[in-house]
Amino acid sequence: MSEKTIRLIITRQKDQDGKSYKEEFELPYRENMNVISALMEIRRNPYNAQGEETTAVSWEASCLEEVCGACSMVINGKPRQSCTALVDQLEQPIRLEPMRTFPVVRDLVVDRSRMFDSLKRVKAWVPIDGTYDLGPGPRMPEAKRQWAYELSKCMTCGVCLEACPNVNDKSEFIGPAALSQVRLFNAHPTGAMHKAERLNTLMDGDGGLSNCGNSQNCVQACPKGIPLTTSIAALNRDTTLQSFKNFFGSDNNF
Amino acid sequence: MAQNREYFLRKMHSLLGVIPVGLFIIVHFGVNYFSTRGEAEYNQAVNFMENLPFRYTMEIFIIFLPILFHAIYGIYIAFQARHNTNNFSYFRNWMFRFQRISGIIVLIFMAWHVWETRIAAAMGQEVNFDMMANIVENPVALIAYIIGIVSTTFHFANGLWSFGITWGITVSPRSQQISTYVTLGVFLALTYVGVASILAFV
Repeated sequence: MSEKTIRLIITRQKDQDGKSYKEEFELPYRENMNVISALMEIRRNPYNAQGEETTAVSWEASCLEEVCGACSMVINGKPRQSCTALVDQLEQPIRLEPMRTFPVVRDLVVDRSRMFDSLKRVKAWVPIDGTYDLGPGPRMPEAKRQWAYELSKCMTCGVCLEACPNVNDKSEFIGPAALSQVRLFNAHPTGAMHKAERLNTLMDGDGGLSNCGNSQNCVQACPKGIPLTTSIAALNRDTTLQSFKNFFGSDNNF
Repeated sequence: MAQNREYFLRKMHSLLGVIPVGLFIIVHFGVNYFSTRGEAEYNQAVNFMENLPFRYTMEIFIIFLPILFHAIYGIYIAFQARHNTNNFSYFRNWMFRFQRISGIIVLIFMAWHVWETRIAAAMGQEVNFDMMANIVENPVALIAYIIGIVSTTFHFANGLWSFGITWGITVSPRSQQISTYVTLGVFLALTYVGVASILAFV
């Protein structure tokens, strides 16, 4: 075993109402470690850097290949997925914190329910259920499909919400992720049948599209490279036109 | 309309910042620039503005009310953000932060500026070259004016950039990039006009 070690400073919290505190860990270095394997090492041997026995750190992970979004956390100040955060590329000590934009469940585990509620709010799906077979939908041009695929890479990981200065406890802003999904499903040939409904939802009530302050952190932070700010600007155009239609247009404004 | 109040207020906030407040700033800075041509020409321009027909109506509906709405709703927006430029030190995030800081500075500056000029005028003081020269005789006041002017031009220019996005005019990243350059030009040009005007009183 090599003498080399890695150091981690983890922001921990016992439960939802618990006070957060920092705990330091020192682990034996292995080649090609990621943050997840470091956390697994702590689970295997739950002693902190002072040599005291402690509880294993809680975190979430699922796919381990950056497509599920479950293992997002703040690593050295930046929100990202811990599965693709390679120890060799990180400055030490590695600081791990939960994404505090969301309610912290325990240690690094957060509750991203608000994001899934947002997807329900904007109806981020293509409605195809009926009482009979509706048959095949209209076809989509290949170029458009490739474009839409980029938007569909969103894994609801929460990094864009964590990076956004306008998503916080003082505001109800829905955040970039769900907004971009509106653009995706409004572009789908069948999804477009509910376009006006989705746009009206974004204009309705508090925390909708207009809460965006154009800090454009989201597009820099998105691990999937989704053009979030382009989505937001495009929706600004769509909702502007929709609101004109609603006010000046006839009753046929779908 | 009651349901989508926030959307409507935000859009109004963006619109009023440019039309009429932004246009007012351009006219105001333009008239101020007469100071660089000397006392007589400046006093003549002030006299012309003072005697415009429908002056009070225009003041109320083109200047006071839109600025009041923009300022009050702007304070609400400014204090809604939790700034994170420490971890995300990107250009646009700094602009986001400066936009909110400059907005508050402009509000404080404007309150003082209106008190010293417009309200003083309403109390019977004559508005002319000497009035401004007396104010900026004090170096502290001159520095405060320069800070106020630069904050105003920045807030307007950067606000113009986000106006393009808010109304869905500049959608593509390329158009937003070009609009950054254009609004930078607006900032530099207006700052020159504003600072040259105030220095002419010294």
